[in-house]
This record gives sequence, structure tokens and C-alpha cells, in this order.
Amino acid sequence: MNAPVALASGQPAQFRDTRFTVPSIRCAGCIAKIERELPKLDGVERARVNFSAKRVAIHHSASLDDVDLTKALRAIGFEAQPVSENPLARDDADTRMILRAVAVAGFGMMNIMLLSISVWSGASGATRDLFHWLSAIIAIPVIAYAGRPFFASALMALRYGRTNMDVPISIGVLLATALSLYETATSGAHAYFESAVMLLFFLLCGRALDATMRTRTRAGIGALLGRIGKSASVFQPDGSCLRVSAEELQSGMLVLVAAGEALAADGVVEQGDGAVDNAMLTGETTPQTVGAGIEVHAGAINVLGPLHVRLTAVAGDTALAEIARLMDEAGQSRSLYVRIADRASQLYAPVVHSLAALAFIAWMLAGAGWHQSLVIAIAVLIITCPCAMGLAVPAAQVVASGALIKRGLLVKDGSALERLAEVDVALFDKTGTLTLGAPRPDISALDDTTRSIALGLTQASRHPLSQGLAEALISEGVKAAIVEEIEEQSGQGLTGRWEQAAVSIGQPQTAQDGMASELTVGDLHWTLRFNDPVRGDARQTIDRLQSLGIESRILSGDISQSVKRVASDLGVPAQAGASPQKKLALLEGLKADGHKPLMVGDGINDGPALAAAHASIAPSTASDASQQAADAVFIGEKLAPVAFAVTIARQTMRIVRQNFTFAIGYNILAIPLALFGMVTPLIAAIAMSVSSLVVVGNSLRLARSGKDET
Amino acid sequence: MTGLAFLIPIALGMGLFGLAAFFWAMRSGQFDDMDGAAHRILIDDEDE
Repeated sequence: MNAPVALASGQPAQFRDTRFTVPSIRCAGCIAKIERELPKLDGVERARVNFSAKRVAIHHSASLDDVDLTKALRAIGFEAQPVSENPLARDDADTRMILRAVAVAGFGMMNIMLLSISVWSGASGATRDLFHWLSAIIAIPVIAYAGRPFFASALMALRYGRTNMDVPISIGVLLATALSLYETATSGAHAYFESAVMLLFFLLCGRALDATMRTRTRAGIGALLGRIGKSASVFQPDGSCLRVSAEELQSGMLVLVAAGEALAADGVVEQGDGAVDNAMLTGETTPQTVGAGIEVHAGAINVLGPLHVRLTAVAGDTALAEIARLMDEAGQSRSLYVRIADRASQLYAPVVHSLAALAFIAWMLAGAGWHQSLVIAIAVLIITCPCAMGLAVPAAQVVASGALIKRGLLVKDGSALERLAEVDVALFDKTGTLTLGAPRPDISALDDTTRSIALGLTQASRHPLSQGLAEALISEGVKAAIVEEIEEQSGQGLTGRWEQAAVSIGQPQTAQDGMASELTVGDLHWTLRFNDPVRGDARQTIDRLQSLGIESRILSGDISQSVKRVASDLGVPAQAGASPQKKLALLEGLKADGHKPLMVGDGINDGPALAAAHASIAPSTASDASQQAADAVFIGEKLAPVAFAVTIARQTMRIVRQNFTFAIGYNILAIPLALFGMVTPLIAAIAMSVSSLVVVGNSLRLARSGKDET
Repeated sequence: MTGLAFLIPIALGMGLFGLAAFFWAMRSGQFDDMDGAAHRILIDDEDE
């Protein structure tokens, strides 16, 4: 792919791999650029982009560290963050295990079906026995391998005295196999190997769909994760700096925080003036000016010059970790939620098992031998095995999550969709959720020339106001003017030269309300006011939710005045000045009243509330912890995906219920046949495939609903 | 009927071959980056 870079001769080459998450990889050009440009850097052997996961794996010599590589990536235009060694590996292994089981079950099903069809079409005597034995030889290892996920889960449930969908499945499969073996050994007419393997195959398809949905959205969310400082440069006694990972930091250490770096622990600034972006902790967008003696927290991003920080709290003692603990505790209640498939099986399994037992007893009483009674009882179990039921839920949820991804919403798993469908109250955070959470300037005062100068000046800066201005200008289609000798003074602003005139942008000369910047070109000045606008479709979204029977409220940690203004604009009740604990208490109160609250928030102060709510959604600009706590993440400037998520979730549950009805309907038709001993393996196979196809077909209708409601 | 002695092993062998190919593809990471593969065909190699 790329020509290897020649290494300095005689130098022992020591290579290591580092992974970076690079959210801005969007096209083939980005892949080509990264894979071609990076190896030109001395010490980089090769770079490989994983487009789906938005990650770059760099194979480089040990002389380069994370910081060098991050800089190199930024130099070619990509924001990157190092990530720890494949955090999704465990999930990945589960998915692979299921895919392998699907392949094995598929192989077994096809070959056994081949033999079974020969038997059904009239093979008899020695040929039939041979085919049954061949089927047994294929089926037993296949069932042992492909059935493991179900057997393991059923055992686990039984051990804790519970029942789930996997218990009736495991009993059905094992009994069908045992009966078939007995029939084969005694030269019987019917063997049910193909039913047992087919059942496993269809059910594994359902599991695979479920797993694919999880990994697909996790990759999307994982790409946005990882902005918390994972290491810090610690001053050594001799004055040099050493990179130390976050876990090994100790309070009392003096660290150097470069511009653009995130803090890895809490501390007090000792030297340097600048500003930190606390958006991750508070959701507040205005950078906080800091100087010697000011306290700064882990997760804050240094936006200006370098700071020397004396650490006061590390690892588990940081303010961030405290919130994480609250979130952990709040999230416990959610794990108690019982998914619809398991709720259905709690009703279904006892009915089916008692039916089978009744059939056995009735036939024994009627005078059929124990062999025939047992065959009939097992046939009842096979025909009622919840094959379509196993597919009913995942098929609908996968199609729904696909439709939602197209609309800019990533749902983490199926249980999230089930809970989203049940919400009846919506609580919104203000900053970053109802509003964009990023300062946007009023640029109406500028003409075309000054606009292009302003863009030329600000486009390279990492200051939030500069970024906001540059974004606003770019969205207006402004082309940047060539500004030379750009310099950024921390806390002051940017200066440069444009066609011999001195240009600058920075703090206004006179004090202004709120955020403002002053643009100077030669002797002329313009003042640009910044504000944090409410998302364009916030009103419509709240109205949509209202029409769905969901009442909205604002629950914000901000000061009451700005909250009141937004609340009266949108016409919803609001509560301001709520601490994370207070938000949590309010949610618990709502839940105690029997409500099922939906929490929409972004800041880490919303984290505990997001974890405690019945369902929760965070914008993709939210803090990492909030995204992890939320059930779903929406992308972009529009709030509409929130209302859309509820609509689709409710449609999904409707389809799931229809699927259950179909599945149970088929069983009701087939059970009498089974009870009267008329089910042959052929009928079992047809019933199973047709009901599965109907369920999958019905679920596909959800894909269309995404297009209808634009 | 003697045909079966050949045909059944052949059918099973082909199935096993397909299964082995799938396992190999999974292990060697063919499914790790599906979207990336779709984009990579658009990259021009000429300037290497």
C-alpha cells in the first residue's frame, strides 16, 4: 500500500502500535491522505485507517510518542485522540463467536436438509437409516458448537431460579436431538435433526442481528469518545518533562498542560495565564479565564497558552470520578429492566411446557405406549419452539435502528428502543442540548472583505470564539483572505497582516454584555456579539413530543435568568440552578410517581440524571461520560431526532407485538396437529421457516417509516 | 446407489470448504472495516 520509509541505518528499530480515534475521517480522500502523508514522517512505518470505526492504527518507532503523532495528524488536518488498546475488543469477540455459530449452524442445516429431503421423498430401509445416521453425525457437533450461547444463558438463568427465552429453546433442542438419536438407533421413521439445527440457525440469525446493531452504533459512539486526558507531562526534578499515564499520577506533582490538551487530574494553576474550556464538566461554553491560584478540574481543556498545574486530586478523587460514581449507582436501576422477549417467555414457557406434559399424560391415559406418548410430547415442544419469537424482536429493532441512523440518531441497543417507546415525560438540559452549546456570532455588520479577513485570521485558531466565528463564516460561504504573520497571544487575541494593513481580533476595548470580540482592520473596528442560540427546531420538537403525549420541561444547572428566557421562548416550565444531585432527586421523584422520564442532556453534570432516567438521549457534542450514560446519541444541529426516536421506538414496539401475534398464531395452528400426533419433521420445518419469513418481512416495513416522516 | 458414496462426501467437503473459507476471512480481518473497503477503491494509486 505504502512504500516503507527507509530507517536511519544502524539504529535498532523498535516499533510499537498506537491507535487514534479520528472522528473527521469522512471520505476516500481522508484515508489516502492519512495513509500516504503519515509514513513520510521519520519513524512512522505505516498507518492503517479503519473507516467504520474512524480509527487510525499507526505502526511507529518507539522514539515517537502520542503527542508527536497527534501533532503530525493535526498538521495534515485531522483532530485525533489516542485511545487505549481496543476497548471494544470484548464486544467484538462476542459478535465473532455468534457469527461463527451462525456459519456452523448454516452449514449443518443445509447438509442435513439435503439428506432429510431424500428421506421425505421416499427413501426407506437401509438408505433411510444411513441418511439418519449421517444427519446425526453432522448434527451432534453442530448443535454442540452452535447451541452454546443458548445453553450457557439457559443454565445461568436456571441457576438463579429464573427463566428466559433460552430455557424453552435449550430444552426443545436437546429433547429433539435425544429423541432423533433414539429413533435413528432403533431404525425409526422420523428424525428431527433438521428441525433442531434449523431452529438454532434462525435463532442465531436473530442474535447476530442484535449484536451487529450494538457494534455498529458503538463504533459510531466510540469514535466520539476518548477526550478525557489519559496522560500528563510531569516535571522531573531536573526540569525535563516525562509523560505519565493518568493512573500513575500522584497529587503534589507539577504538570505542564499544553494548549489543546485535556487535564487528567484536578489541580491548582501555579504558573501561566490562560483559559480552560469546562464544557465537559459544566456544559458551560464560555471558556473560564484562569491564572495562578485558580482550581482546575480533570476533563477541562486548556484552550490558550501552556499552564503549570500542581495536582491536588488524582484518579478516583477527582470531581469527574465523583460524578462517575453517582452515574454508576444511578444506572443500577436500569439493569433491572426486563426486556419484552423475556417478559413474553415468562408467560410462554410455562404454557408450552405444561401443554407438552399434558399431551404426554393424555396419550398415556388413552393407551398409547410410553414411546408414542413421548414422541408426541416432544413434537409439541419442537413445533412450539419460539423460533419466530427469537427473531421477532431483534429483526424489528435492527431495521428501526438502521432507519434512525439515517436520521442522525445512534441507539445503543434494543433495550434502549423498548424503553424509549415507554417514556411519558421529557426533561431537557438547556446549554448544549436545547441550545447549540457553541457560541455563534452576529456577523451582519461585516461586509464581504472583512468577512474573508476574519475567516483568514480565525480559521487556524483553537479558541472557542474563533472556532464559532470561523464556522459561522464558512456556513455563509465566505472564502478566507490570505492573512500573514498570524500570531496568537493568550488571553488577548489574534494579530496578523493583510495587504499591508495590520489586522487583529480580540477582546473589545470597551466592556460588553456577554461574549463579544472586536475585529480591527487598519483603523476601523467592528464589534461582534456572540450568543448561544437555541437549536432551530427546538420549538417544533417540543410540539411533536406534546402531540405524542409527552410533556417537556427544562432542567438546567445554569443561572435562572438565561433559563427563564429560553423557557418562555419555548413555552415550557423550567427549573434552574439544579445540581447533579438535585437533578437525580427530581428524576427519582418522577419515577416514584409512576412516570417514565426521558432525559436529554449533554454536560457531565447531567450524567447521573441520564443514567437514572427511564431512557436518555445525548447530543454528539456531549461529554464522553454523558454519551456513555445515554441510551442514544444524536448528531448535528437539529433536535428533531429526539422526537423522531420516540415515534420510531413506538412503531417498533407495535411491529414487535404484531410479530409476536404472528408467531403465536402459527403455533396455535400447529399445536393441535402436534397434540394429535400428526406433526412430521416436514410439517415442523415448513411451519418454522414460514413463520420466520413472515416475521422478518413484517419488520422490514419499519425501514420505510424513516422516509415517510420527513 | 453407489453414486452416493461419492456424492455425499463431495457435498460435505464443499460445505466444509466454504465454512473454512468463512472462518479464515473472519480471522484475517476481512470484515473489520466494511465501509472502508467500499471507499478504498476510489483511491488513486498513481502518485506513489
